[in-house]
Amino acid sequence: MNAALSTTAERMAMLPPDVPRDAMIVTRNLQREYDMGGEVVRALRGVDVTIRRNEFVAIMGPSGSGKSTLMNMIGCLDSPTGGEYWLNGFRVSELADDELARIRNKEIGFVFQTFNLLPRATALHNVELPLVYAGIGAKARVAKATEALRKVGLADRMHHRPNELSGGQRQRVAVARALVNDPSIILADEPTGNLDSATSAEIMQLFEELYAGGQTIVLVTHEHDIAAHAARQVHLLDGRIEQDFLTEKSS
Amino acid sequence: MLLGETIAVAFQSIRANKLRTALTMLGVIIGVAAVIAMVALGTGAQRAVEERINSLGANLLTIYAGQSFNRGVASNNRVSLTTDDADAITKDARLISAVVPEMQTSLQVKLGNKNINTNVLGTTANYTEVRNYTVPFGRMFSQGDNNSRQRFAVLGWDVPEMLGGNPAAMIGQTISIRGIPFEIIGVLNQKGSGGSWSNPDEQILIPLQTARYRIFGTDRLRSITVQVAEGVPLEQGIVDFERVLRREHKIRPGADNDFQVRNQQEILATQQSATQVFTALLASIAGVSLLVGGIGIMNIMLVSVTERTREIGVRKALGATRGNILTQFLIEAMVLSFVGGALGILLGSGTAIALARLAGWNTYVSPTAIGVAFVFSAAVGLFFGIWPARRASRLDPIVALRYE
Ligand SMILES: Nc1ncnc2c1ncn2[C@@H]1O[C@H](COP(=O)(O)OP(=O)(O)O)[C@@H](O)[C@H]1O
Ligand SMILES: [Mg+2]
Repeated sequence: MNAALSTTAERMAMLPPDVPRDAMIVTRNLQREYDMGGEVVRALRGVDVTIRRNEFVAIMGPSGSGKSTLMNMIGCLDSPTGGEYWLNGFRVSELADDELARIRNKEIGFVFQTFNLLPRATALHNVELPLVYAGIGAKARVAKATEALRKVGLADRMHHRPNELSGGQRQRVAVARALVNDPSIILADEPTGNLDSATSAEIMQLFEELYAGGQTIVLVTHEHDIAAHAARQVHLLDGRIEQDFLTEKSS
Repeated sequence: MLLGETIAVAFQSIRANKLRTALTMLGVIIGVAAVIAMVALGTGAQRAVEERINSLGANLLTIYAGQSFNRGVASNNRVSLTTDDADAITKDARLISAVVPEMQTSLQVKLGNKNINTNVLGTTANYTEVRNYTVPFGRMFSQGDNNSRQRFAVLGWDVPEMLGGNPAAMIGQTISIRGIPFEIIGVLNQKGSGGSWSNPDEQILIPLQTARYRIFGTDRLRSITVQVAEGVPLEQGIVDFERVLRREHKIRPGADNDFQVRNQQEILATQQSATQVFTALLASIAGVSLLVGGIGIMNIMLVSVTERTREIGVRKALGATRGNILTQFLIEAMVLSFVGGALGILLGSGTAIALARLAGWNTYVSPTAIGVAFVFSAAVGLFFGIWPARRASRLDPIVALRYE
C-alpha cells in the first residue's frame, strides 16, 4: 500500500471502524518500552486515545507517568515499541525516517518547556526555520514568519535574539514557530513550566485564542489551573489512561 | 534547495566562534601554504634546469682534450684538439650536423680607461645558432669575417655593464684585447649562469681565425662542440665522430680514446630528475601538515556537533531530515577548509614570490598547483567533515532535545 498516494477518504476507511470521521490522532494499545541495561521501563502500557480536529486536550498526570513519552509518539519524534498510531489516517509506524521528518515539518508544531529557540538567530529567523525545511523561498518565508509573529503579538520584536527577549516573549516566538507552517496540530509539552504565573496566563490566553480560531492543540501539564484552560483532559498514570473527560470549557 | 540557507548558517556559526575558527583554519592555511610554497620552490628549480637545457641547444656534445693511454696507463704527453680535428669531423662525420671549435682564455680587455679580465672565446660563426643565442644588438660575425680574420668582437650580455656602458651604445666602439683593437659588432642575449661555475654572459666572442693568428698564436682548441643530426641517437653520433677523431689521432684499435666527451644535457637531465624527486618530497611533507590541518577540522567539527546537539534536536523536530543535517555540518567543514585553503594559497604564493624577490630563489607558482591545492583542501574538508556530520545526522531527536 502506498500511503502517500491514497486519498484521505481511502485512508480513513482503513482506520478502526469505531473512529469518528474527523479523527486526527488515533492510537490503539500504544506502548513504549525503554531498555535500561536489562531492566525494562514501560513508559506507555497500552494507550488508546482519539483526538479530533479542533480539540484542545490537556494531558495530565504525575511526573513519570508517560506524558512526554506520549507526546513524542504523537509528534513523530519517537516510534512506539507496540500498538498502532494513525495521524490523519497515515499509519505512522510504517513510515521511514525522512517521511517522519516531513510530517513533523508539515503537520506538527512543537512548543517546548525550555523554548528551544536557536540562540544566535533572530526571532524572525527562528520562526522561518520550519519553512526553510519545507523548501519555501526566502521572500514567502519572511512574509509568513512576520505574519505568525504578528499573531502572537511580537511584530515589534522580530529582529531581537532570544537573549534580548523575556521568557514569555521567547515562548511566544516558539508558538509563532509552531504556527507558521499551518500544522494540523500544536503539541506543547509543559509550555508554561519555565514561566511565572502571570506570563503563564498570557500564554494560555494565546492558546485559547488559537483554539477559538480552529487550531487543534494538545498540551502536556501537571498543573490543574493550566489544564483548566483546555476543553478536555486526559489523565495518565503509570503509562495508562486513568481518566478522559470533557471540561466545562468545551462547547 | 536549502544550499543558500545552509551556507549562511555555516558562516554564522563560524563567526560565532571566531578564535576557535581562526585556530582551526590556521592548520589548513599553513598546510596549503606549505604545499604551495614548496611546490613553487621545486617547480622553480625544475624550470631553471629546463631553461638551461633548452638554452644549451639540442643534441649537443662537447669534446675535450684528454690524456693518451698506453695499455691502460696514462702517458705524460697531453694530446691536444686542433682546428684540423674540427675540420676532419666537419668533413667526414656524416651524422654530425654542426661543429663548433672553441678556443678560450681569460684575457685583459680594455675600453677607454675601463680594464676588465674576462674569457675571450675564439669560435666560428655558427656558435650562436648551435648554442641557441640571439643577437638583440648588432650582429654576429659571419663565416666571411672569420675567413678574413676580421677583428670583430661580439659581447656576452653582462660585458657592456662590466665595461660601464649599455649594450646599444657599445656597437661600433673599439675595445682592445691583449692590446689589439677589436670593433664591437654585436651583443648576445642573456642566458644567466644557471648555477654553473662559468657565466656564459661574461664572455667575448671573436672569430676563430682571428683568435688563432692574432691572439692565441696556436691551433689548439679548448673544446669542440658538436651537434648530432636531428633524429640520430646521441650514441650513434658519438660513434661517428669518435671514428674520425681516432683516425686523426692514429689511435690503435683496442686502445683508449685520448679525448673526453661530455653530454651536458645528460648531466642536467639527471639534475632535473633529482629536482623532481626533491619537489615530490617537499610537497608530501607539506601534504602531511595539510592532513594535520584536516584532523584539526574533524576535531572542531566533533566539538561543534556535541555543543550543538540541542540545536540539531530542534532542527529535527522542526522537520530537518538526516540529509539536511548532514549537509549542514558537511558544508560547515568545507567552508572551514575552503576559506583556509584560499588563505593558504594567498600565503603560500606570497611566500614563494617573496622568496624569489628577496632571496633570489627560483620559484614558480603554477596554476595547476593552486588548483590542486584548492581541490585538495576541499577534499580534506569533505573527508574529515563527513564523520562528524554523519554523527550529527544520526542523532535521535529526543535524546538531542534532552541534551544539557
Ligand atoms: N529515554 C528514556 N530512557 C529510559 N527511560 C525513559 C526515557 N524517557 C522516559 N523514560 C521513563 O519513562 C517514564 C515516563 O517518562 P516521561 O514520559 O518523561 O514522563 P512525564 O513526562 O510524564 O514526566 C519514566 O519512568 C521515565 O523515567
Ligand atoms: Mg515530561
